[in-house]
Amino acid sequence: MKTKRYILPITVVLGFTFLYAPIVSLVIYSFNASKLVTVWGGFSIKWYAHLFEDDQVMHAAWLSLKIAFISSTLALILGTIASLVLVRFGKFRFKSLLSGMISAPLVMPEVITGLSLLLLFVSMELLFGWPAGRGIVTIIIAHTTFCMAFVAVIVQSRLSDMDESIEEAAQDLGASSLWVFFDITLPVIAPALVSGWLLAFTLSLDDLVIASFVSGPGSSTLPMVIFSKVRLGVSPDVNALATLMIGIIAIAIIGASFLMFQKKK
Amino acid sequence: MSSTTKKSSFIKSIFQAPPFRWTKKLLGKIGFSGRGLVIAVPTIWLLVFFLIPFLVIAKISLSEALIARPPYSSLLEWDSDGLLQISLNFGNYYYLIDDALYIIAYLNSFKIATISTIFCLLIGYPIAYYIAKSPENKRNILLMLIILPFWTSFLLRVYSWIGFFKANGIINAALLNLGIISEPLIMLQTDFAVYVGIVYTYLPFMILPLYSNLVKLDDILLEASADLGGRPMISFFKITLPLSVPGIIAGSMLVLIPAVGEFVIPALLGGPDTLMIGRVLWDEFFSNRDWPVASAVSIIMLVVLILPVMWIQNKQNSNLGES
Repeated sequence: MKTKRYILPITVVLGFTFLYAPIVSLVIYSFNASKLVTVWGGFSIKWYAHLFEDDQVMHAAWLSLKIAFISSTLALILGTIASLVLVRFGKFRFKSLLSGMISAPLVMPEVITGLSLLLLFVSMELLFGWPAGRGIVTIIIAHTTFCMAFVAVIVQSRLSDMDESIEEAAQDLGASSLWVFFDITLPVIAPALVSGWLLAFTLSLDDLVIASFVSGPGSSTLPMVIFSKVRLGVSPDVNALATLMIGIIAIAIIGASFLMFQKKK
Repeated sequence: MSSTTKKSSFIKSIFQAPPFRWTKKLLGKIGFSGRGLVIAVPTIWLLVFFLIPFLVIAKISLSEALIARPPYSSLLEWDSDGLLQISLNFGNYYYLIDDALYIIAYLNSFKIATISTIFCLLIGYPIAYYIAKSPENKRNILLMLIILPFWTSFLLRVYSWIGFFKANGIINAALLNLGIISEPLIMLQTDFAVYVGIVYTYLPFMILPLYSNLVKLDDILLEASADLGGRPMISFFKITLPLSVPGIIAGSMLVLIPAVGEFVIPALLGGPDTLMIGRVLWDEFFSNRDWPVASAVSIIMLVVLILPVMWIQNKQNSNLGES
């Protein structure tokens, strides 16, 4: 009987180990002087130096950051509008169409999304002459489209948890609906907006498949460069890059939750 | 308080500024309400960049591959008599049915995705159950730990498994040192590595909907069952499990559907004989430059997948949305 009680916690501990061991291993091996994962060659930061000397990686990283910043901001705006419309606007003609289109990208295989957008861009170019060629603009459009689905999931759940009576009270007191949104709804859903934006940012920064389809010559994003490196096997400077990315994201998340915690107080 | 009022009146004054009022009036005259406009923005964006692309894929899957820019024929053409000619080419679909490679790739993708989904469920269910039954402060920390890997690069997390699975990787080194094996196991570039990669990547997608379902489960039902003499195991199979079916379905769909079309995991961890349809599509497009066949591959994938997508769409909003 006693062993039975431990089965569940042990499964949970194993599950979490499974989730985190690979991430931890990346961090550890980024500081390994040896190129082999099984040999500890001493502590070293030489892979970080390698990384910063690699122009291709630096260029791609800068491009990816720009794309991620713009597309996550656009995705935040569009995703928030879509959530507001779906949760607060009651019934309207295209409601089921919109709710279907906003949640479908969540499960759509990336190869299909990527190919379909590429073919759209090519056809549009043939018909209207826009977008001329493919590059940063087409990647931003593609990332905005699939990231807004994730923003919408987060914002929708926050909106439906929110107490509607505050909004109604403001409206009864004569505030216009736009006014109610900016002064009441927006501050209440702010934490959801922050986590939605962060998620959209990392999804965009991380995307390999869709970007490969819709990017053009000279616009290789960071995941595309990483993929071409790791296809040939383990490369320690990629470990260093991963550690940097994990570090930045951890700081962003801790910072964001700290801010929210302070606000709550 | 005063700063809030100040900020508020500032925002208010922006919306009452003449340009805003004029735009509103003008739009009102041509039949646009503010409400309609707000609905239109995301709807039109998704129509243009999400729905219409599928029509374009469908169109191009019926054209012929050409060595040109763009590398496919057009369906509509004005012939010399000024008549519109429509040339549909179903050859790409025949080609897919005819060549066993594609059918095997589809079946293999479904097999790998289904088995991975079952493993996600077997691992994810106890974790979701444990989190749902934890006290609230502990629950939030555990949930955060589940969500955190989402924020780290998926590509890099898949890549990190190469270090574990290599012939001279971590697992082989450990097993050799312990004397369990005398020769390194071949794990990288096998289906096994692909299964681990998929289960690892998609596990949170299984846990979150399951958790949000289980956390809503009323403990009173279980207490009632215990009072009536039901053993915990029986209560679980008679009450908890049946009530968590919506969570199981939502989680399984969130794992199964993207896993079928997965490209990165088989490309990095699988071997040359790990046929998955996402990879076939990628090669068809990038190596063979055959856009029409790549389109036909994705149309078939869509037709097989779109029914469950439409079906879970309702489930998802209520299940995943609350996590």
